[in-house]
Amino acid sequence: MTEELKTVATIDLKGLVCPIPIVKVSQAIKQVKVGEVIEAFATDPGVLGDIPAWCKTSGNELVKMERVDKVFRFVVRRLV
Amino acid sequence: MESNNGTTIIVMSGEMDKVMAAFNIAIGAAAMGKETNMFFTFWGLKAIQKGNFTGRSFFGRMMGLMNRGGINRIGPSQFNFWGVGRWMFKQMMKNHHITPLEELRKMAMDLGVKLMPCQMSMEVMEIRLEDLIDGVEESCGVATMLERADRSKQTLFI
Repeated sequence: MTEELKTVATIDLKGLVCPIPIVKVSQAIKQVKVGEVIEAFATDPGVLGDIPAWCKTSGNELVKMERVDKVFRFVVRRLV
Repeated sequence: MESNNGTTIIVMSGEMDKVMAAFNIAIGAAAMGKETNMFFTFWGLKAIQKGNFTGRSFFGRMMGLMNRGGINRIGPSQFNFWGVGRWMFKQMMKNHHITPLEELRKMAMDLGVKLMPCQMSMEVMEIRLEDLIDGVEESCGVATMLERADRSKQTLFI
């Protein structure tokens, strides 16, 4: 699938370390409607494990997680 | 918000590293949508004290002097070296952009983490509710802690 999802918000987590990225994501997801999608950029390698875990526990969907150079980009859809 | 999926953390230690771990876990749990409670007992009380001198009796005042509270005053459990280690740790945390303890505590409170002081420890160490920071819950006992633990999936003792 090449079609890119429409994200309603972008958050910058670059330079932030555990546990701040998941705090910011949990706050940002509350600002959007259920079904909407947000994207975030982080530099902490901890997000590779933490964001999927956060999604699983909080009941949201991890749509995408990719690495662009030294930056991790991930896309989350609000489900609850 | 009352759930059966909460997180309860008992903070017995009053050292920088352990308190930091406790707040980190609490913040993570709260961010995951869990009802999160932290119980501060014995040395852990230092993390929620304002930092003024405490105590009424001779022993109580001596304790307040030698074991003064305040989240910025506590040192690491190892390599403290009478405060040099604490200073060094703070510098290293700053260099690596780690959130300072005081900000972690504020973040936890903003996320709705309940900070609950243990009444019995406060009694023993002669710490009054006025010696604790604003925003903590009423002091409580073991039954309150166990009731929260009953509603939690995770209970940690740090």
